[in-house]
Amino acid sequence: MTTSVPVESPRSPTLNRLTAGPLRVLVSLIVPAITFLVLRWAFIFMRDAEANKLAVGIVALIIGVGGVWALYLVTDNLVSILPEGIRESIRPFVFVGPALVILTLYLVYPVVRTIYLSFMGPRSEEFVGLANYVFALTSDDMLLALRNNVLWLIFVTSFVVSLGLIIAVLVDRIGRWEPIAKSFIFLPMAISAVGASVIWKFVYSFQPIQRPQIGLLNAVYTALGGDPQGWLVLKPWNNFFLIAILIWVLTGFAMVVLSAAIKGVPSELLEASRIDGASEIRIFFGVIIPYIRGTLITITTTVLIMVLKVFDIVFVMTGGQFDTEVIANRMFREMFTFGNFGRSSALAMVLLVAVIPVMIYNVRSLEASKR
Amino acid sequence: MNVGYQTARGASSDRLRRFLSGAPVRIVVLLIALVWTLPSAGLLVSSLRPANDITSSGWWTVFAHPFEASVWTVENYVQVLTTHGLGNALLNSVLVTVPSVVIPITIAAFAAYAFAWLEFPGRKFLFIVVVGLMVVPLQMSLIPLLRLYTQLDLNGTFLGLWLAHTGFGLPLAVFLLFGYISTLPGEIIESARVDGASPLTTFTRLVLPLSVPVVASFAIFQFLWVWNDLLVALVFLGTKEEVAVVTARLAALVGRRGEQWHVLTAGAFVGMAVPLLVFFLLQRYFVRGLTAGSVKG
Repeated sequence: MTTSVPVESPRSPTLNRLTAGPLRVLVSLIVPAITFLVLRWAFIFMRDAEANKLAVGIVALIIGVGGVWALYLVTDNLVSILPEGIRESIRPFVFVGPALVILTLYLVYPVVRTIYLSFMGPRSEEFVGLANYVFALTSDDMLLALRNNVLWLIFVTSFVVSLGLIIAVLVDRIGRWEPIAKSFIFLPMAISAVGASVIWKFVYSFQPIQRPQIGLLNAVYTALGGDPQGWLVLKPWNNFFLIAILIWVLTGFAMVVLSAAIKGVPSELLEASRIDGASEIRIFFGVIIPYIRGTLITITTTVLIMVLKVFDIVFVMTGGQFDTEVIANRMFREMFTFGNFGRSSALAMVLLVAVIPVMIYNVRSLEASKR
Repeated sequence: MNVGYQTARGASSDRLRRFLSGAPVRIVVLLIALVWTLPSAGLLVSSLRPANDITSSGWWTVFAHPFEASVWTVENYVQVLTTHGLGNALLNSVLVTVPSVVIPITIAAFAAYAFAWLEFPGRKFLFIVVVGLMVVPLQMSLIPLLRLYTQLDLNGTFLGLWLAHTGFGLPLAVFLLFGYISTLPGEIIESARVDGASPLTTFTRLVLPLSVPVVASFAIFQFLWVWNDLLVALVFLGTKEEVAVVTARLAALVGRRGEQWHVLTAGAFVGMAVPLLVFFLLQRYFVRGLTAGSVKG
């Protein structure tokens, strides 16, 4: 009796491998082939389809979401049929390969290509030496854009960080209203720059003097006795009205992050300083600020980078007219309005060179704070 | 003398302390919150007013008689969603955003896992290169990619935009996911290996489920980034009505219908509705994602 129990004993491993082997190889080759064909069909379908929107949409979502997973499963399966010796040394590249390919195509190659294009003429047909850089750094148009970028950098960064810090300190002391107040100040961060631009275009809206003002700013200004102004064409102050928008967007972000940092200051430290008779102001500058220094640096550099590349607000509000041009918007216009790829590439290089030091500093301090 | 000075200072710091914990601070903060909300509130109120009212009186005047039905209307929303094509644009935004979030996360998770737990030549070097690419402003990529896309016939396609967002989001995604995945306890991963689990199984059954918090944070950041993006969508999709996303449509409306406030206010709010929903529902993850994602280049 007892000996008949292992009747359904599994076949020996060798036998198993012999019968399963060819089948597995076959499956492993057919499945990728089918996957490839399906992806290729979907690719062409999506590229050419003027067809039914919803159908394209559904195919798109399935391919977009499922296709990537299929890619990994299939290639991993393919690698599994390789001889044992090389199998495990190839497998890691199944995992990192796609990321490396995409990064090469979307970031490494373009950087190299942009460097090359920045030394070429408008249509990239002839070598022009440093002409595009001379334009980018010395022409009147660009000097204006550079000046405006500097204005943006100084005012947005200083206002966002200091306002964010002040509000973070104040909001810490209002008890149960804190989350609500924070939500409302933080809310603009969820709004796109385009949406924010519409909101503020409405605030700055201008009506002739006899008509009722519908823009908040002109309504307040006329109520105080002034004549209605077209704020967005009022050189050079219009730059500051654009800058105010980004301050409005980013202050909440700075506040939320700094508030979290301030809550991390040990209360024993604060109590001890209070018992020693230190004033609130001294505690703020002597205890809190040094304690949250790392966060302050991160916030400042982050805001600097965001401001440096400001595009949407200017693009939507004024399109860079009325002396409000900035580098990123000019770059876009060189490319699409003037069709000058050389200059546009040189402007991209200016942005890169300006970002690199800030970014290195940022990642460094991030690494340091982790340790 | 010395004592007098001490008490005087003590008294003044006491007064400041009382001020800082009392009603005045509450009022100051609520005022700031009010000022910060007013512009958006004006937009929301205006979008619900009849077109003629918007241009003939300030939006704050509705509060004189807020309960009269004639001062409110949803007509503007009906109009922007149908005749101005924002309904279609909304669908396009969804079609652009979902894969543009899922694809980079998937690819980054696989890569981060390999960088953290698999052995291969050049691992450290490649990781540094990947993270180093965070410095590249995406503006750098636009012209070369546009040319490449023209050759491949990818201009104006969703696929092209997904891949672009994937490429631009990857360095940060790998950096963040690596930071999390590499701190998972090594014994768990090792024991899975000893039990005969393949790297793929270890990844899908063990590493991925454990990484849900960081994946969620990055997903929210990337979602907002893609949904609110104008530049990349403008360059690779354009403003043609069949494919344009909400931000691109809205930017085009601002250009063409600069003073038609009933269209602009309702349109802007349509574009804001989804991110605001995410904002209010997932605020905690939102903050985390934003904080983590703010170093994106």
